[in-house]
Amino acid sequence: MSKRIDVNDLNVYYGDFLAVEGIDMVIEARSVTALIGPSGCGKSTFLRTLNRMHEVIPKAYVTGKAVMDGQDLYGPGVDPVEVRRQVGMVFQRPNPFPTMSIADNVLAGVRLNNRRISKSDAADLVERSLTGANLWNEVKDRLNLPGSSLSGGQQQRLCIARAIAVEPQVLLMDEPCSALDPISTLAIEELISELKNDYTIVIVTHNMQQAARVSDRTGFFNIAGTGKPGHLIEMDDTTTMFSTPSEKSTEDYISGRFG
Amino acid sequence: MAVAESPPSDPEAPPKVRVGRTPGRLGNRVFQGISTASGIFILIILAAVAIFLLVRAWPALIAAPSAFEDVGFMLGRDLWSWVWPLLFGTAISSVIALVVAVPLSIGIGLFISHYAPRRLAQGLGYLIDLLAAIPSVIFGLWGIQWLQPLVSPLFTWLSTNGATAWLEENVGPTIFTGYQAPARNILTAGLVLAIMILPIITATVREVFLQTPRLHEEASLALGATRWEMIRQAVLPFGRSGVISATMLGLGRALGETMAVLMVLSPGYLINFYLLQPGQHQSIAANIASHFPEASGLGVDALIASGLILFIMTFGVNLIARWIISRRAEFSGAN
Amino acid sequence: MTVTTPPVPVRTTRKLPKWAPVAVLAVSLLLALGIQFLGDGPTIAGVFFIGAILFAILMTVTSRVVEGERWAKDRLATTLVTFAFIIALIPLVSLLWIVVGDGLTRFSWDFLTTDMTGIFGQMVEGGAFHAIIGTVYVTGIASIIAIPLGIFTAIYLVEYGRGPLSRGITVLVDVMTGIPSIVAGLFAFTLFLVIFGPAYKAAVIGGVALAVLMTPVVVRSVEEMLRLVPNELREASYALGVPKWLTIVKVVLRTAIAGITTGVMIAIARVIGETAPLLLTVGIATGVNWDAFDGRIATLPVFVYRQYAQGGASADRAWAGALTLILIVMLLNLIARLVSRYFSPKGVR
Repeated sequence: MSKRIDVNDLNVYYGDFLAVEGIDMVIEARSVTALIGPSGCGKSTFLRTLNRMHEVIPKAYVTGKAVMDGQDLYGPGVDPVEVRRQVGMVFQRPNPFPTMSIADNVLAGVRLNNRRISKSDAADLVERSLTGANLWNEVKDRLNLPGSSLSGGQQQRLCIARAIAVEPQVLLMDEPCSALDPISTLAIEELISELKNDYTIVIVTHNMQQAARVSDRTGFFNIAGTGKPGHLIEMDDTTTMFSTPSEKSTEDYISGRFG
Repeated sequence: MAVAESPPSDPEAPPKVRVGRTPGRLGNRVFQGISTASGIFILIILAAVAIFLLVRAWPALIAAPSAFEDVGFMLGRDLWSWVWPLLFGTAISSVIALVVAVPLSIGIGLFISHYAPRRLAQGLGYLIDLLAAIPSVIFGLWGIQWLQPLVSPLFTWLSTNGATAWLEENVGPTIFTGYQAPARNILTAGLVLAIMILPIITATVREVFLQTPRLHEEASLALGATRWEMIRQAVLPFGRSGVISATMLGLGRALGETMAVLMVLSPGYLINFYLLQPGQHQSIAANIASHFPEASGLGVDALIASGLILFIMTFGVNLIARWIISRRAEFSGAN
Repeated sequence: MTVTTPPVPVRTTRKLPKWAPVAVLAVSLLLALGIQFLGDGPTIAGVFFIGAILFAILMTVTSRVVEGERWAKDRLATTLVTFAFIIALIPLVSLLWIVVGDGLTRFSWDFLTTDMTGIFGQMVEGGAFHAIIGTVYVTGIASIIAIPLGIFTAIYLVEYGRGPLSRGITVLVDVMTGIPSIVAGLFAFTLFLVIFGPAYKAAVIGGVALAVLMTPVVVRSVEEMLRLVPNELREASYALGVPKWLTIVKVVLRTAIAGITTGVMIAIARVIGETAPLLLTVGIATGVNWDAFDGRIATLPVFVYRQYAQGGASADRAWAGALTLILIVMLLNLIARLVSRYFSPKGVR
């Protein structure tokens, strides 16, 4: 199911402004890659380039390559919508569709794309995705209630269920726990470690303990100053990064000396 | 990390991200096309309004003055000497409406934003908005049936009190000279117009007052100001441009309002300031409505020409109002 | 000898008691009544009018004497601001009062279901059925044109529009809201005159005139509603691989649908009472005209105007027509508010 992504000399621009510069990175399949770094260093921006979500912002564009499965995501003739169907995304704040029930939220990827699905298939998909997101037992009796009736942590897991219902190869998570309380955070972290058996996961987090707990590999982003582009300083196995980083700035950041 | 466990890609399976496939492309194209076309179509409608009016007004604009002698309702005048009194009537009724409505609206806006209890404010605002929902023809009925007898004694007093009499004797006629009941004069028409534009002005003024930065208000109160002093120091200066643009919006509406003037006012084609005398003034819009059904030939063209003038006037007034609003939005950072 | 200055206490300004305004108001009204007795005898309007002026003066003077100048000014401002609001309510209340009062004379089921065929002179029969049908036709045609046009323009402005075209449309839509209704009538008249010749009279002409007035109102309110839809929902949809147009239709419009419905209904209520453009374009008829594309047609506002102009027994029909019109407008407004209250999705700010 899952795929690896090779990123090669990727630059992200907002109009004339170079936001992220020269990223080379290998994102391994069936693993969790964490991206850490101070605010404004471009890690979220970079994450959004992996499923071409940054193109939603006017005048934003990318140079360089991101190859998944032998296919450059930015190659000629590749439509961003096609990319997004393979690379799912979970956002910082839970954003279930307020007009849809819990079940319909899970089916959103199918229904919104006007695809027909039989009733029993739909029920299967809802159960499978919600089970996958560790939410099934909590909501199976109220699938027809609006998605916004759930708690914040449940909403976020609903969003994960919604993302995995379209069966993507890769799952991007942009600070998925920053709006949640510690217990909900723990539930999401457990879910992430289960999901990595089936998906390639990239997670942006501000929480270093979280990166240490859930990820296999960690990349550290930094920025030389305001107005300067963000860079990938170093990337390695998480255990190495948190015990013996090779760069001084990584060590400073991880040990809490700045940022 | 053991890369060997997860091969980069399965050579058998086709790549998941397919090249050249653009889901929803036709839909996107069609949808964006329809949306953009709708936006452009609005511009076309606006241009068409101007062009069609101009085309039909053209014969009247270029006709010789003597050509209008056959047009009964123009009373033997040529186009411009016919339009001038109408323009004057339109302007004076609108000015009366503004003089009454603007201070009232500021009061109402302040009442809703700073005096009424917070919980009631929204409901009270809705009551005022309800005035905007009432059809103009009903305002006309109300003006004749209710307002006209109500203001009649007041007008009698204005016209006959000692000060007016003294002025008439020693200086000359005043604006209140010569009231004749029933009160189907330009002042009554202006009052009805004032009520009709009240909700439009109030809505804008209220919004602007509500946007006054809390910090300014509290700074003023902390210096020991009374509520009124706070309003004069913080709220009114902040809202000034909002009040001006709201006034322009109200003016745009008052200039073009037809039914109230048509039903309340007893028309005339003179240029004077006798606000209480019937048969002195008429507005462009009401004049079109009263003569259009029977007009023919050059008469229709002349009426359309007057409509074109009205269109240009309201267009200009509204454009200025919007310009003031947008300038304010840029500089104040309130939005 | 040492002089110790006692600490200055916070000065307690003398304030008027809470009941003071009520007392002053009572005194003012009694005085006004007295003044009226000296003149031509009291009228309710006179007592309130003179009483209000007296109240403003007396209250300010009392406050000036007891509380000082600054507080007197504050009292005066409070008085005037409150009066302004009450004055604005007078037309609303009196208007509803006389429309209901005078309208009920002739308002009945018969009035709603008969037309004016064969009614003349001082006959009290006859009704507004034909005018109601005509109003439905004309407003319906206006809605068919203005609602899609308005919604798609709003979509353009919110979802696609950038640069000078979008700015230009925004400005001109605003300006278009201010077009006088009579000018819209003249436009529709000349448009059909040029295309179909002078003899053509039909409901559709009135519909076009009202559409010109209605479109900018729809654009404004729909635009406002679309901007309220959080960007996060659009992003969530894009991230699921949903094309932009489906995102707009199924997420943005779906989320804003209650607000859009409200805005559209208020826009309909706004144009349903338009009189002047219909006076110019569709005229009046005595019977029901079922053909929207041929012949004169009666509409409620024009019916009210014409019946009132005829006077006598017809004036009663005018008031009943006005009552019908106000009921329709208020009903539309009420339903619009209810829709936005009960059908707005929870959780969208």
